[in-house]
Amino acid sequence: MANIISDETIEYVGILAKLELSDEEKEQAKKDMGEMLDYIDQLNELDTTGVEPMSHVFPVHNVFREDEVTNGDGSEDTLANAPLMRDGGFEVPKTII
Amino acid sequence: MFLMSLTAVELGKRIQNKEVTAVDATREALAAIAAREEAVHSFVTVDAEGALARAKQIQERIDAGELTSPLAGVPVAIKDNMCTQGMKTTCSSKILYNFMPTFTAEAVCNLEKAGAVILGKTNMDEFAMGSTTETSAFGVTKNPWNTGHVPGGSSGGSCAAVAAEECSYALGSDTGGSIRQPSSFCGVTGIKPTYGTVSRYGLIAYGSSLDQIGPIAKDVTDCATILEIISSHDSKDSTSVKREDTHFTEALVDDVKGMKIGIPRDYFGEGLNTEVKEAVLAAAKELEKKGAIVEEFDLGLVEYAIPAYYVIACAEASSNLARFDGVKYGYRTEEYDGLHQMYKKSRSEGFGAEVKRRIMLGSFVLSSGYYDAYYLKALRVKALIKKAFDEAFAKYDVILGPAAPTTAPKLGASLSDPIQMYLGDIYTISVNLAGLPGISLPCGTDSQGLPIGLQLIGDCFKEKNIIRAAYAFEQTRDYAHSPIAAQEKGGVS
Repeated sequence: MANIISDETIEYVGILAKLELSDEEKEQAKKDMGEMLDYIDQLNELDTTGVEPMSHVFPVHNVFREDEVTNGDGSEDTLANAPLMRDGGFEVPKTII
Repeated sequence: MFLMSLTAVELGKRIQNKEVTAVDATREALAAIAAREEAVHSFVTVDAEGALARAKQIQERIDAGELTSPLAGVPVAIKDNMCTQGMKTTCSSKILYNFMPTFTAEAVCNLEKAGAVILGKTNMDEFAMGSTTETSAFGVTKNPWNTGHVPGGSSGGSCAAVAAEECSYALGSDTGGSIRQPSSFCGVTGIKPTYGTVSRYGLIAYGSSLDQIGPIAKDVTDCATILEIISSHDSKDSTSVKREDTHFTEALVDDVKGMKIGIPRDYFGEGLNTEVKEAVLAAAKELEKKGAIVEEFDLGLVEYAIPAYYVIACAEASSNLARFDGVKYGYRTEEYDGLHQMYKKSRSEGFGAEVKRRIMLGSFVLSSGYYDAYYLKALRVKALIKKAFDEAFAKYDVILGPAAPTTAPKLGASLSDPIQMYLGDIYTISVNLAGLPGISLPCGTDSQGLPIGLQLIGDCFKEKNIIRAAYAFEQTRDYAHSPIAAQEKGGVS
């Protein structure tokens, strides 16, 4: 395997991805990611000098509309999906300690 | 003849002619579901009571002459990544195990306006990440042709439901082949439209620049009819394209005289099963007999589509799936110490292994120091792939090849080696990268009796070319769109 993923990298990616992996999952993730990157490295065989990165296949641009409410107040149904709610809001753990 | 054995358009005609009612059709679909779900497991949610109530209302509107759409009263199954107001929508993930949408996806709204009767929601690979429907958190779907095999994925539930005659037709979504590959494995017909044709509003996003909703049905006529109904320009989807011509049924013409069809040599190399190869080339011969000009050519870059796709799709997924945080909806872990641990534990317990694998890869390729080397490189390769297709479509109206390199693999054979599984999408993935329309339709069976799929690819906005070629090919064979129909015809499809 050409791409060796270090413990630090997996730790860092875990923070970015907001995932908490067990030790066993970390080992598996190191292996999987290394193998995928080896495979993805094939792309380096292609000379892409001067080629613009294409994020969208059609020449579409930002689409704007007036900020007008067209649907009704769905807050009750929306909140009904929350794992925890209180006083018309989502309940979350304390954020400022 | 059971009503679920009819195509959606035939059933719609009988309903309009007052030979049968929407309620009759819905009852039959529900009876088929009750009889076959244990063996096939196409559905995550079946809303029997709601479906019958809707069928009754729709029939009243048909009787009053208000609903005249060809699909009014016809029962449909919806892939469980499309939001349906008041009907659970899970993406086959534990993290959305109890999610009740407060709105309905635009494509589904369009069907409802045309009088479709929604039966329920179909199983899929979790968040549409997979090629077998085995990564679902709610059990594996099996191939109705042989329940020891997978139905393909990620729209495996939708394709299996159509093949098992549990519904008249279904909606699926296709990010890298998720309509076409399972259609091929289940012997049904499915279209992935040009990017932007069907609104993505209410489709739970995986790779937003690649995702498209499309029809899965018993034949080409059904697919063209459904696509015509679900296509719309939608101000709620910023990538929705305003198209002039979406009268796809006009292309249901048995005439390919002079049509230029290109066969990419690179689609017929190593890794392609011999039986699949022979069936697909035989289909090309049939179209040639009908007057099409068929030529081989070199498309190029085929092997680079999969690595480019996994960088782009995983990058987009890592961003799209950031919204699942245990706050607003879905699963939250039981015990946690502070906000960040709540996020991390909820996500780690709520997502399955394949989803976590792709979020990790996506987060890595977008991270500082790797963004240029991986993400921008993949976007540059995407530009090259698009250019290769542009050059091909300067010469050809349609590109013809297999939908998948093999027929349906056995259950449990694919997940152990992710890269091997990803290679199964080699013929479908580049179509998503280039935003093109593609159709998969049955063109035979292998020696095990499993269906083989033919893929026809068109240039952007040229669905009519692939519909015409597919329709013309379909007329050349005695056609069984389900194992039940095949059995009635004596085991031959």
